[in-house]
Amino acid sequence: MKAQEIIRSIESEQLKTDLPIIHVGDTVKVGVVIQEGGKERVQPYEGTVIAMRNGGINETITVRRIFQGVGVERVFLLHSPRVANIKVLRRGKARRAKLYYLRDRVGKATRLKQRFDRPL
Amino acid sequence: MSVGILGTKLGMTQVFDEAGKAIPVTVVQAGPCTVTQVKTAELDGYSAVQVGFGEVTEKALSKPELGHLKKSEASPLRHLKEYRLDSSGDYQLGQQIKADMFTPGQEVDVIGTSIGRGFAGYQKRHNFKRGPMAHGSKNHRLPGSTGAGTTPGRVYPGKRMAGRLGGKRITVKKLTIVRVDGDRNLLLIKGAIPGKPGALVNIVPAKQVGNAN
Repeated sequence: MKAQEIIRSIESEQLKTDLPIIHVGDTVKVGVVIQEGGKERVQPYEGTVIAMRNGGINETITVRRIFQGVGVERVFLLHSPRVANIKVLRRGKARRAKLYYLRDRVGKATRLKQRFDRPL
Repeated sequence: MSVGILGTKLGMTQVFDEAGKAIPVTVVQAGPCTVTQVKTAELDGYSAVQVGFGEVTEKALSKPELGHLKKSEASPLRHLKEYRLDSSGDYQLGQQIKADMFTPGQEVDVIGTSIGRGFAGYQKRHNFKRGPMAHGSKNHRLPGSTGAGTTPGRVYPGKRMAGRLGGKRITVKKLTIVRVDGDRNLLLIKGAIPGKPGALVNIVPAKQVGNAN
C-alpha cells in the first residue's frame, strides 16, 4: 500500500458519514459535548457559518453569533467526537466563501438573505 | 541499551483520543526488520544485534553484502543498523523484529535525518531579524556586525553565519506511541519526526537520562 492510502485508511476510521451538507452562510445548531463535574452533556450552539475549511479529517466550520451584545466565533472540528450533532436550520445566500465582513457589521446589517433552492 | 526498529516515515495526520482531543501523529511503517548478525562479548568484544530493513532486489546489493545477509538467510536488505546490548543472548539470526514490540503509551526516541535546506541565510538558519524592506533601506537580509574592529581584528570562531542547514542526524526524544498496528506494522507517534515522508527513521525506546528516582 502507498503511504497516502495508509494514512487515508487511518483517517477513514474516524470520519463521520452522517454530516449534513453545510454551506457558508447557513445558520446551524451544533451540539457540543462538554464535561461538567465528571458528567457529560450536550450544549447547543447556534449561529451563522462564516467560514469553512475542507481538510479531510481536519474539516472545520467557523460559527459566529452575537451573544449578549458580544460577537462570539467558535471553530468546530466537524469530525471530532466532541461535536455530537449538527443541524442546518436555515440556508443563507452568500456571494463569497468567507463572510469575515460580518465582523464589522452590527444589528440588522448582519442578516443574510434566505435561499430556498437548497434543501435543509 | 535495547533493540529498536527501523522504519519509513509515511506522513502526518491526526487522531482523536477518548476525550475527543485531536492528537497530531506521524505514521511510520516500522519494520519488519530481520536480525542479520548477533555480536557477543566473547566473539566480537561487545554484545550487539544487527538488524536489516528495506527489501530491495538482489542486483541492488554487492556480492559481499549479499554474502553477509546469506548467513541469516534474510532477503536482500538496504539498511543495516546495530543496537548495542548488555547481552545479546535473547536474539537469534533471522529473527523478525516487528512494530508490536512497542506498546501504546510507551515513550520512544526517534532518530532521523532532517530536511536539507541547502545553503541558508541568516534569517532561516539562525532566526536573525530582518532589516527594513522599504523607506530607502538597503539592509534587507544582511547579518549586521560580526564583531569589534582592530581589537581583536578577527571574527570569533562560532560566529553564526550563513551556511548549510538541515540534512543532519537529529534525535527527537521522548515521543509517545499513540497506536500500534501489528498487522500492517504501523506506528502512530505523537508529534513530528525528522525528515520528509519516505525518510528512514530509527525508533528506539526512550533513553533514561539521569536517575530514575
